[in-house]
Amino acid sequence: MRTGLPVIIAFLAGMTMVVAFFIPNKSLEGFSQGFLVWMTIVGGFTLLLGIVNILRNNLKIISQRGEGWGYKVILVLMLLAMGVSSFMWGTSRDTPYDWLFQNIQKPMQATMFSVLAFFVASAAYRAFRARSKEATLLLLTSVVVMLGRIPLGQFIWGKLPLAANWIMGYPSLAVQRGIIIGAALGAASMSLRIILGIERAYMGKG
Amino acid sequence: MNTFSKKALFLFSFFLFVFSFSRADELRPPSDLKAFDTPDDGGGGVTFSWKLSPHDREPLGDIDGYEIYRKAKEDSTYRQIDFLPDNQTTYNDYDLKDKTQYSYAIRARKGEEFSGYIYSNYVSPKPNWFRFGRTNVLLMLLVFSLAVLLFIRSAKRGKPLFVRKINGLDAIEEGVGRATEMGKSVLFVPGIGDVDDIQTIAGLSILSRVAHITAEYETRLICPVLYPLPFAAAQEMVKSAYIDEGKAEDFKPDTVRYVAGEQFAYVAAVSGIMFREKPAANLFMGAFYAESLLLAESGQSTGAIQVAGTANPEQLPFFIAACDYTLMGEELFAASAYLSKEPLMLGSLKGQDWMKIILIAIVIVGVVLETLHLGGGFFTKLFVEH
Repeated sequence: MRTGLPVIIAFLAGMTMVVAFFIPNKSLEGFSQGFLVWMTIVGGFTLLLGIVNILRNNLKIISQRGEGWGYKVILVLMLLAMGVSSFMWGTSRDTPYDWLFQNIQKPMQATMFSVLAFFVASAAYRAFRARSKEATLLLLTSVVVMLGRIPLGQFIWGKLPLAANWIMGYPSLAVQRGIIIGAALGAASMSLRIILGIERAYMGKG
Repeated sequence: MNTFSKKALFLFSFFLFVFSFSRADELRPPSDLKAFDTPDDGGGGVTFSWKLSPHDREPLGDIDGYEIYRKAKEDSTYRQIDFLPDNQTTYNDYDLKDKTQYSYAIRARKGEEFSGYIYSNYVSPKPNWFRFGRTNVLLMLLVFSLAVLLFIRSAKRGKPLFVRKINGLDAIEEGVGRATEMGKSVLFVPGIGDVDDIQTIAGLSILSRVAHITAEYETRLICPVLYPLPFAAAQEMVKSAYIDEGKAEDFKPDTVRYVAGEQFAYVAAVSGIMFREKPAANLFMGAFYAESLLLAESGQSTGAIQVAGTANPEQLPFFIAACDYTLMGEELFAASAYLSKEPLMLGSLKGQDWMKIILIAIVIVGVVLETLHLGGGFFTKLFVEH
């Protein structure tokens, strides 16, 4: 019963979506859309579980004066500040929530994203070291593509942008399409395993 | 022809010329308006198309657009239902009554100037029982399902199935073993997709297998999650894995952690875990976007063995550059079956491989025939929804 019922629900939900994809019946389409609405509703309830999890984990460290407990205090306070301010004054413009979002959360997110530039440089350095024939080929290809994308490349050799476009438009695109076709088949195969109840790992059954 | 007739003919021609010249300045209506029942819908839909007004030549701005009018057969007048910007040649009307006849009229508009109307034929919407445009998809789905089911059947009968070695998946167990030897933890990141993304389901399925191994080896597992639904699912499946292995007491409430609801806040939280707790193995399995390199580089700097898997092709180069092993596309979806080593699951992998062989053959034959102009366009349309 513990796994039987979820498997039956997964089968019915999966088959409904498959049938609705091929048969244009309004009630069937409404039914399949209903599943997506239910997902949002269930997601809303599980958000409470998530918040309880955050509070429980962090309050435990604070109460035990564990490593970095001061940061946990800030986290819990900010969680409460965002939550309480949104409930009391809403989330529209010029509310305390909006101020917190625009002046604290947004700049911090932008900071995290901007770190990416430095990580790209360090990863590129490691990836492009010419240690083998393949790595050398990768290095040469990337040099052509990078130079072909900037004015300096065109200044060095007028046909460099064309070479860069050719690399991106043919060999690179062909490989990407191969990966996408393989991934699509893999996704379809996995969906079939879930619909037929063969794949049960997502229910914790190994 | 006498003189009077010549003068009359000259005057007639002159007025005709002046008249036609003045008409050329008037806003001309679109033409060739055709209405038809919207194909492959559940009913209540009419589609119509037209040719642009001769004054609608530029990409933008030479006329304002087109006023769309509708009339049911029993109505006496046409009523405006919409206004479309210029350069539009089709319109889908929906939520109509089936088996009721409708006619449409269109006129062009430019400021306060209007063209004349053109009218469509009467058409009645009706429901279709099948989306014929997706017949090719259905056929491929049937062939694919048949291949998978046949191999599952032969696996059930005990026929041994050979599945090629996937180094990245073997490295997962190696990574957990390394963490056990070093007395450190294993970090599992199931991507930043929600449960409606099949990559997240694949990631969670791998998490379940990994949780069985960490429970068996008594190694600490940390799984930070972005969305609440995958969090609830991950918590349940990890708990079940520990119970299955008879190690329920080793499951800690902070094994699966809900850390943030935003992409870069999540990156900060996971990077923090990497630097503070220094896991010996970092496993990234699921849907990743801009955060892929941030996570993989942070993990790389801590010296952990890293295995990543995603079906997002644009993120693969970042993982390949920063991780020890990378599962590309289909390997992510094969991981759960591969790690389980169950014949039924492996049977589906064989079916998938056979479908891939069929597709590769079709692509090669199609490329050759279409290049030689012998395919008649059949192969270029084979994978497209019509």
